[in-house]
Amino acid sequence: MSSILIIEQILNGLQFGVMLFLMAAGLTLIFGVMGLINLAHGSLYMVGAFAAAAVAGATGSFLLALVAALAAAALAGAIVEMAVIRRLYNAPHLDQVLATFALILIFSEGTRWVFGSFPLFLDIPDALSGPVTLPGGIEYPLYRLTLIGIGLAVAVGLWALIERTRLGIQIRAGENDREMIAALGVDISKLYTLVFALGAALAGLAGALVGAIQSVQVGMGEPVLILAFVVIVIGGIGSVRGAFVGALLVGLTDTLGGVFLPELFKLFMETGAAQKSGSALASMGIYVLMGLVLIWRPTGLFGARA
Amino acid sequence: MKKFLAAAAVSALCATGALAEVKVGMITTLSGGGAGLGIDVRDGFMLAIAQSGRDDIEVVIEDDQRKPDIAVQLSDKMIQSERVDVMTGIIWSNLAMAVVPAAVNQNVFYLSPNAGPSPLAGQGCHQNYFNVAWQNDNLHEAAGAYANGAGYSNSFILAPNYPAGVDALTGYKRFFEGNLAGEVYTELGQTDYAAEIAQIRASDADSVFFFLPGGMGISFLKQYADSGIELPVVGPAFSFDQGILQAVGDAALGVVNTSQWNKDIDNPTNAAFVESFQAEYGRLPSLYASQGFDTANLLLSALEKADPSDADAFREALRAAEFDSTRGDFSFGPNHHPIQTIYAREVIKEGDVFTNKIIGVALENHSDAYAAECKM
Repeated sequence: MSSILIIEQILNGLQFGVMLFLMAAGLTLIFGVMGLINLAHGSLYMVGAFAAAAVAGATGSFLLALVAALAAAALAGAIVEMAVIRRLYNAPHLDQVLATFALILIFSEGTRWVFGSFPLFLDIPDALSGPVTLPGGIEYPLYRLTLIGIGLAVAVGLWALIERTRLGIQIRAGENDREMIAALGVDISKLYTLVFALGAALAGLAGALVGAIQSVQVGMGEPVLILAFVVIVIGGIGSVRGAFVGALLVGLTDTLGGVFLPELFKLFMETGAAQKSGSALASMGIYVLMGLVLIWRPTGLFGARA
Repeated sequence: MKKFLAAAAVSALCATGALAEVKVGMITTLSGGGAGLGIDVRDGFMLAIAQSGRDDIEVVIEDDQRKPDIAVQLSDKMIQSERVDVMTGIIWSNLAMAVVPAAVNQNVFYLSPNAGPSPLAGQGCHQNYFNVAWQNDNLHEAAGAYANGAGYSNSFILAPNYPAGVDALTGYKRFFEGNLAGEVYTELGQTDYAAEIAQIRASDADSVFFFLPGGMGISFLKQYADSGIELPVVGPAFSFDQGILQAVGDAALGVVNTSQWNKDIDNPTNAAFVESFQAEYGRLPSLYASQGFDTANLLLSALEKADPSDADAFREALRAAEFDSTRGDFSFGPNHHPIQTIYAREVIKEGDVFTNKIIGVALENHSDAYAAECKM
């Protein structure tokens, strides 16, 4: 196995990780600030992808499509927060899970109703298509490099927002003591809607960016949602920094495990069997990682409270 | 989750209140990720029923949501309270395995418009089970045969790690005579293939075979096209059906895939089917729609000769398969699976629409590898 292949796989893992981060960041913010388990986060990812596909189909512009994805997901998030989620903040987690699960079904069937049952087309913009040659002779798709760049930029932006702005102060305060910041005169319901819409917009952005290299179809958000939950559990629930580290860990573990475990098994097994058992074990890799992290740190890597 | 009860659709004339004499139960996937396939099968089936002009056939349609447990519940309901004579509709092999053996043992006839798992073709075959589509391995075997003819000698092959994926690679390897540059099992439902594509790039393969049905295939093809790798790709029709080609776009152009049906198969039945399907539903039919259409026509041909209440005569009428198939010649092998020609198709663009064109025959009058194990 050549070093070029290894570096390419590390890049793949990074790209997967930063996209997971976009999903996980919103999820962890919403949980951290509002204490809400939002299963419908994957639906917002789907909303972003469908909005992007529809706008790209109508206008041909990928940039407009991204803007539409952000706007549609943020709007859907804000509406859902005001119409449904707001009634659940003081409800037990089981009620939240039930209600947000219902939202998944409503979003899925609603999307099918509007767009039909067949997958939509969303393609990479021409300017970003095709591979580029990196130093060292590595050929790598330009679009995936762009995704890594966008993901890192969003991470920096989110860090600046939370650490450097007034809104960020309110979000951090909200994580620590909800009653107290309400008592201090912050309009808590507006803050909640804002945070929810922000999380939704990040999910929508991820959906649109990833939709261009995958299939835009009903139900596309749920597999990503499960991984995003793994990420925030590893990173520590409520911690954006934890979500970032967790997302990269999960991305790299999943990608590298899927490639190298079967190779490892081939050293002492027949090829077909090594492939089957190696890839089966690799698909467990991130859950094993989660288990190990939780044994070592029961609240996750950056979990604040015990 | 609430039971899905609202989908009972009835052929047009039954709605007027005429008493139905034959009751057909259709369990298929109408919601969730795989809904496109079930909708095509349903639409093809109902088109044939409507064209027959018969008002004594009632079709009860239910959505299995691609979940085996729901399919089993629906099947129990159809057999015990609806008392259907014939069942059909299931898309996925794991659902078929959960429903079909129990149904045929309760003296219901089952006509499969899609799933063809190997156990039901071999030792688990049954006199009341007929498959109108194909045995699962067939299209992959044809892809292997095509690859030989195209002169490929070193294939990189990949499929999801689940029973139909294993069958797919087994089927390809059964006919492919060259070497394997790599053999990879991906996760079922995987959406990112960057890691596999990097392995293809690093291998010395001269061709790629993949079985990634539905959305998985869309993702793979788009990412493969963007990777700059220019090795030829072959696959079964499942990643190139009419429903998903538009979502793949240019990335699929020129790819060769194997299918038992295409819209340009030259016979009057097929031409009429393609035209009437487009007129009725406003889209081109897929191979799934053709399978639904053929299934209904097989049923209609048998009903002309015998009533399902006379099980032996009805079974003989089904076995004779005297109907005009969209595929041209159609007959059943000893295990009630089709003996048919499988074609190689190429993805082309007709105006703005991506579709397939037949470029040759991959396997002529092909049966399946399990027929010998069937003791009926």
